[in-house]
Amino acid sequence: MFSHLHPPVLYGFGGIVGVLVFASTIVLILKRQHPEKSYVELSQRINSWWIMVGIFSIAILLSRTTSIIFFAFVSFLALKEYFSLIPTRRADRRVLFWAYAAIPIQYYWVHLEWYGMFIIFIPVFLFLFLPMRMVIIGETKDFLRAAGTLHWGLMVMVFSISHAAFFLVLSEEQNPVAGGAGLVLYLIFLTQFNDVAQYVWGKLTGRLKIIPKVSPNKTWEGFLGGLATTTTLAATLAPHLTPLSLPESLCAGVLIGCSGFIGDVTMSALKRDIGVKDSGGLLPGHGGILDRIDSLTFTAPLFFHYIYYLHY
Amino acid sequence: MLQQLFFLIVVRPLILIVLGLNVRHRDRLPAQGPAILVSNHNSHLDTLVLMTLFPNRFLPILRPVAARDYFFRNRLLAWFALNIIRIIPLERQIADRTQDPLAGCTDALRNGDILILFPEGSRGDPEEMGTFKTGIAHLAKRHPDVPITPVFLHGLGKALPKGEALLVPFFCDVFVGEPLRWNGNKGAFMAMLEHTVTLLAEEGYRPTWE
Repeated sequence: MFSHLHPPVLYGFGGIVGVLVFASTIVLILKRQHPEKSYVELSQRINSWWIMVGIFSIAILLSRTTSIIFFAFVSFLALKEYFSLIPTRRADRRVLFWAYAAIPIQYYWVHLEWYGMFIIFIPVFLFLFLPMRMVIIGETKDFLRAAGTLHWGLMVMVFSISHAAFFLVLSEEQNPVAGGAGLVLYLIFLTQFNDVAQYVWGKLTGRLKIIPKVSPNKTWEGFLGGLATTTTLAATLAPHLTPLSLPESLCAGVLIGCSGFIGDVTMSALKRDIGVKDSGGLLPGHGGILDRIDSLTFTAPLFFHYIYYLHY
Repeated sequence: MLQQLFFLIVVRPLILIVLGLNVRHRDRLPAQGPAILVSNHNSHLDTLVLMTLFPNRFLPILRPVAARDYFFRNRLLAWFALNIIRIIPLERQIADRTQDPLAGCTDALRNGDILILFPEGSRGDPEEMGTFKTGIAHLAKRHPDVPITPVFLHGLGKALPKGEALLVPFFCDVFVGEPLRWNGNKGAFMAMLEHTVTLLAEEGYRPTWE
């Protein structure tokens, strides 16, 4: 069983379950000690974490193919949420259909390990194909807005996220300790951990607002505290999951901490533009799927190309 | 049996995975029959979505009310409508005054069924609400004890509007309102019903779609 995975990946999942058990225990204790307070949102949040970690673990543990399908499904949910959130044109129904159709195709390139196609399919071919399809339909009112928003969605929800999946098909030789799955785990864990760390640091010590026009709850203290925590963890985990040296892993931590923050506030800007607080209701306590993967849409491609440049 | 399988294998995966529902106030749905569910109507998917709000064991008592002339156009469609969706066929044009068009609905309510009814009559323009027809008021008057639960649906008209065969995934809103009852006056009842659905519609954010 699990022959496609290296032992550190299994320990990694064990560690994540440990963190969740710890979090659930804390909430239980809080509820006991302060029965008058409501911990509904916190409980919901952690329950949703359990479900997300459960599905992610099963997908990774089963096989490489199920792992790729998992990320394709995340892209699908994210793109669907995005298309449901933004203004779309009635005339573009068929164009949207092609945008959805791009998801299985993009992840099929991943499955084939065809890097050249994977890296240009959406930025080049879809970028040219969708406007052509729109021109054939012939509706010119709001044409530019529609073409721009559709492609932005594809880049962020499909192209970016598919980088996380491409780790899975990278050659095992360059990362003998944990293989591609180790890199995926490293990326996903640090990205999500960074979100939580920035949130907790912000709650505990936050005073100076960092970008009040976009996200009034984000503070310098939260950002820097999270960044330091994530970077420390990145250096600690790197020898077990990645081929990164100590200086390289410190840089990886800074990269994930910073780009995760930027991904987060970018999605906040989008939501603020549209006028919603949460992108959806899929994950109780978190909001929609975009609220959960906002950071990953930035960290996945950046961390991928960082590793790819250094070691592959 | 065939209906249970069809819902388990086709309808639920389609509605819950390909589309995805954002349900608010699920607890306001009737826990048992007799009851009436009333909703705005934009897509064939509306009926299926309302039916999937209930667990599979409710299927035997869920009865969508649908136009006889539309669903009995050919034998295959008629078989599907009667055996899989289990519609109560409604005659839209009554030639004979002695006939009671709502007899099927009354019988079903007496049986303890949950009716699913679209007072707009037809699906109309996608994502636009038409005026409600008064059949529902007659039914409410006849069954003053039956709770009438209004539901507002949004997004299904984008996913599969009238006259389109290609389904495009969108998350869909399902907002359930507080159950209403007959209030003694047809005009006042219709106003109350339309007002409730309009209020439900205002609960959510909806992007433009034109």
